[in-house]
Amino acid sequence: MRTHDLIVIGGGPAGLAAALSARRAGVQDVLILERDHVLGGILNQCIHNGFGLHTFKEELTGPEYAARFIAQAQEENIPYRLGATVISISREKIVTYVSREDGLAQVRAKALILAMGCRERPRGALNIPGSRPAGIFSAGTAQHLMNIEGYGVGKEVVILGSGDIGLIMARRMTLEGAKVKVVAELMPYSGGLKRNIVQCLDDFGIPLKLSHTVVEIHGRERLTGVTLAQVDENRRPIAGTEECYACDTLLLSVGLLPENELTRALNVKMSRVTGGPEVDDRLQTDCEGVFACGNVLHVHDLVDYVSEEAALAGKNAAACVLSQQTVGRTVPVTADGGVRYTVPQRLDPDNMADSVTVRFRVADVYRDRFVCVYCNGERIRRIKKRVLAPGEMEQVILKKSELAQPLESIRICLEVE
Amino acid sequence: MRKDCDVVVIGGGVIGCAVARELSRSALRICLIEKGEDVCSGTSKANSGIVHAGFDAKPGTMKAKMNLLGSRMMPKLAKELDFRFERNGSLVLCLSEDGLPALRELYERGAANGVEGLAILTGDEARRKEPNLSDGVVAALYAPTGGIVCPFELTIALAENACVNGVVFRRNETVTDVSRGADGYVVTTNRARIGATCVVNAAGVHADEIHRMVSKTPMHITPRKGDYCLLDKEVGGYVLCTVFQLPSALGKGVLVTPTAHGNLLIGPTATDVEDKENTPTTAAELAYLTQTAARSVRDLPLRSVITSFSGLRAHEDGGDFIIGEAEDAEGFFEAAGIESPGLSSAPAIGAYLAALIAKKLGAEEKADFIPTRRAIPRLAELPAEERRTLMEENPLYGSIVCRCEQISEGEIVEAIRRPVGAVSLDGIKRRVRAGMGRCQAGFCTPRLLEILSRELHRPMEEICKNVPGSELLTGTMEGRK
Amino acid sequence: MRELTCIGCPLGCPLRVFEEAGQLRVEGNTCPRGEAYARNEVLCPKRTVTSTVAIHGGTVNRLSVRTQTDIPKEKIFACMEQIKAASVDAPVKIGDVILPDVAGTGVPLIATKNVPKA
Repeated sequence: MRTHDLIVIGGGPAGLAAALSARRAGVQDVLILERDHVLGGILNQCIHNGFGLHTFKEELTGPEYAARFIAQAQEENIPYRLGATVISISREKIVTYVSREDGLAQVRAKALILAMGCRERPRGALNIPGSRPAGIFSAGTAQHLMNIEGYGVGKEVVILGSGDIGLIMARRMTLEGAKVKVVAELMPYSGGLKRNIVQCLDDFGIPLKLSHTVVEIHGRERLTGVTLAQVDENRRPIAGTEECYACDTLLLSVGLLPENELTRALNVKMSRVTGGPEVDDRLQTDCEGVFACGNVLHVHDLVDYVSEEAALAGKNAAACVLSQQTVGRTVPVTADGGVRYTVPQRLDPDNMADSVTVRFRVADVYRDRFVCVYCNGERIRRIKKRVLAPGEMEQVILKKSELAQPLESIRICLEVE
Repeated sequence: MRKDCDVVVIGGGVIGCAVARELSRSALRICLIEKGEDVCSGTSKANSGIVHAGFDAKPGTMKAKMNLLGSRMMPKLAKELDFRFERNGSLVLCLSEDGLPALRELYERGAANGVEGLAILTGDEARRKEPNLSDGVVAALYAPTGGIVCPFELTIALAENACVNGVVFRRNETVTDVSRGADGYVVTTNRARIGATCVVNAAGVHADEIHRMVSKTPMHITPRKGDYCLLDKEVGGYVLCTVFQLPSALGKGVLVTPTAHGNLLIGPTATDVEDKENTPTTAAELAYLTQTAARSVRDLPLRSVITSFSGLRAHEDGGDFIIGEAEDAEGFFEAAGIESPGLSSAPAIGAYLAALIAKKLGAEEKADFIPTRRAIPRLAELPAEERRTLMEENPLYGSIVCRCEQISEGEIVEAIRRPVGAVSLDGIKRRVRAGMGRCQAGFCTPRLLEILSRELHRPMEEICKNVPGSELLTGTMEGRK
Repeated sequence: MRELTCIGCPLGCPLRVFEEAGQLRVEGNTCPRGEAYARNEVLCPKRTVTSTVAIHGGTVNRLSVRTQTDIPKEKIFACMEQIKAASVDAPVKIGDVILPDVAGTGVPLIATKNVPKA
């Protein structure tokens, strides 16, 4: 069995940035395993712009952003296998994958970077009652069929979910001549960026119905319509508010789930909030030598932050490979008071870098709050925020020097005053 | 009268395919007509997948007789046709003291029907066997011979084997009339007129309509809809036995069971409907389902639901199977009113009717009947060496298409190329499980469409989820060749 | 008076634009970018159009494209008509001009994906 220094599972934006970073930190023997027939991951189908504002100070489309990293990977001759689906990984860092060229192959690594991304929540998981006709797609599948294969998926469309994918597809389908009748959103606020509401819905006069959901699906062979209903504060449909919309297509943009099927075999601690593994400030899981970054760790909104996070994972994985990593005791980061989760979930105060970026999401839409950081019970940070929303990931950068020693506890929360 | 074949089987569900397969042992020309685009499109695709031990049916009924026979035939058939069958045992839960007489009655009935190994357990004994049973269980009937099977695998295996043994399958064809001729029948479909000596009516919820075309004896089918919820494989081991609650007038009630593939299934409800074609689930029934199932087990892991579906059972007014030759229509055989325990009974019904028909036609047994059939290899379940060998022979086995269930392109291509092969997304799903996993085809749909298009030589926009009219794509965007 | 939501940053300030004596007055912005956005949106709203065109002989079936800069909003659908009629042959590199001038805007349509020959 061949051993590599570092194996990166996933050749999308996270995997590419991580591999590049590890190479630049001194690890020569890096291998990327990608199941698609091209590198680039989900960016290949994200043909809209809005990528790269932070990384390149330009507004690029998804494929352009991916191409920048692919070009760097090719310049640095980073090896990769395409059409290679990893089917299992073990705590011993043995990776089993399947591809046409290599058949069933097993390789070992000194360090692993998990960069498998995420998948979409399907209709089945929502248990929407009704028939099961053709014409129901998760928004990403529709996006793939349109942008990669070049097919139309429908003519009269209802979209459930106002996260960015749903909004982007509302615009995409409208531009291709479909009629998008309505976007329904379960929550009382939209999950997507404001600019997408303007550019994808307002521009085309597509109504957004907040606090609404699909309660029934109609149609035999092909979808003929959906029934929408308003929901109450417990997200339960309110009887009497039902409205039927004739349509032949229903797009579902109802949640992204980090794809951690492989990770579970490692028996590492998982976060029930993010759906990803828990990591320390190195982005290392509790299995030494296994790192995670990108959407598999927690679902991001901006690919720029994925690249940043992945670069850090790559750098730290390199340190691990080069035996330059010292692992000490970790202190959990507590998230409460409106903060749903943080990544990382733990800090290694003795060995952490000079600064650590703690990313987090809030539980609701808040206005005029303070993001507060408590260290050993004492508040060390208080940042005023005019607006905070669940759909927009936030971050605080903590300096090692500002953390009390010895660090016993660290807590991030929102306060009103 | 021109005879195009000796026997026409109407209906490509598990019963029709079982009859066809058994008939194909004889030197007969057999043709099976199915109105859906594929076999296993009706009741056979949407049921609990249980091979009942046989204690539930009233002694002396056709249901009791066929259930027990079928259940006994299942292990051998599973080996011959290479489908998944497991005797995981059944538990019928009694959730209150006043249900005890009914539980005892089931036990007696089972004994009268010849079911082996039945035992009545106390609530604690039942919970020791199944730790996730609810505290409300007072007693339980344990039937070790109860089993689970994949209804698609069973039906498709029967169909493939029947086809290999000479049965002609005509799918996407609807019987519009059956009329009696001088020495046989003319079966008229939307595409042809077929003359045959004998007809088998295995038309599921439509059996009474077919029946009335030639017979005046009473038969009335009420479609009884059952909704189900399927839960993720991660909770597939929540119970090991199939867990029933005491049955009611409408049927065996809501059960909680592992499936042959390792998922957890809860269902069905039982609602009489009129529409024989549309089977929508309803919020009320799904709610009823989850509430009722929650009485059997503690903390039912509903967060792990991956999909829900529903199917119709053909309930005949008389409450029993109607199997045999119609009194007033010689040569017209039927298996009607096949609701539970229909799946369990299928092998027995197939053998029974085939024997009657072969005798009537004086048919000889074929010397070259091929009794076995190998399933499409499931690479994800094979040991590494076997998997490697297969991949070397066929590199398509190395290209994973369905990541949730780890199904390769090689398996999907086989599903299409086999006799009575898949012609639709649902057909692939039922043969090799691509699209049945937790992402419910979100990932593999584009590639499945591509592979079907390539193999069937049809443009992608013509590929259907199931019947014509269920095309996924509306057309190419301009410019694409 | 027009009401807008500023899309310059996540704050999404609600803006009001008044036309008075031939001049525009913007209210509600909390930074100068908001004022600039409001003026543009009222006087000459522009958008970048992204889509795909057919590509022949390449390693993929569809080439993603965009207008090189944003174009007047009212030209979006005219632009789409031209995009739908266009097709290219592989190989194509990011930045290659697919259409030199979409819908008379003077803005070219460029490729956003590298597609080698199959």
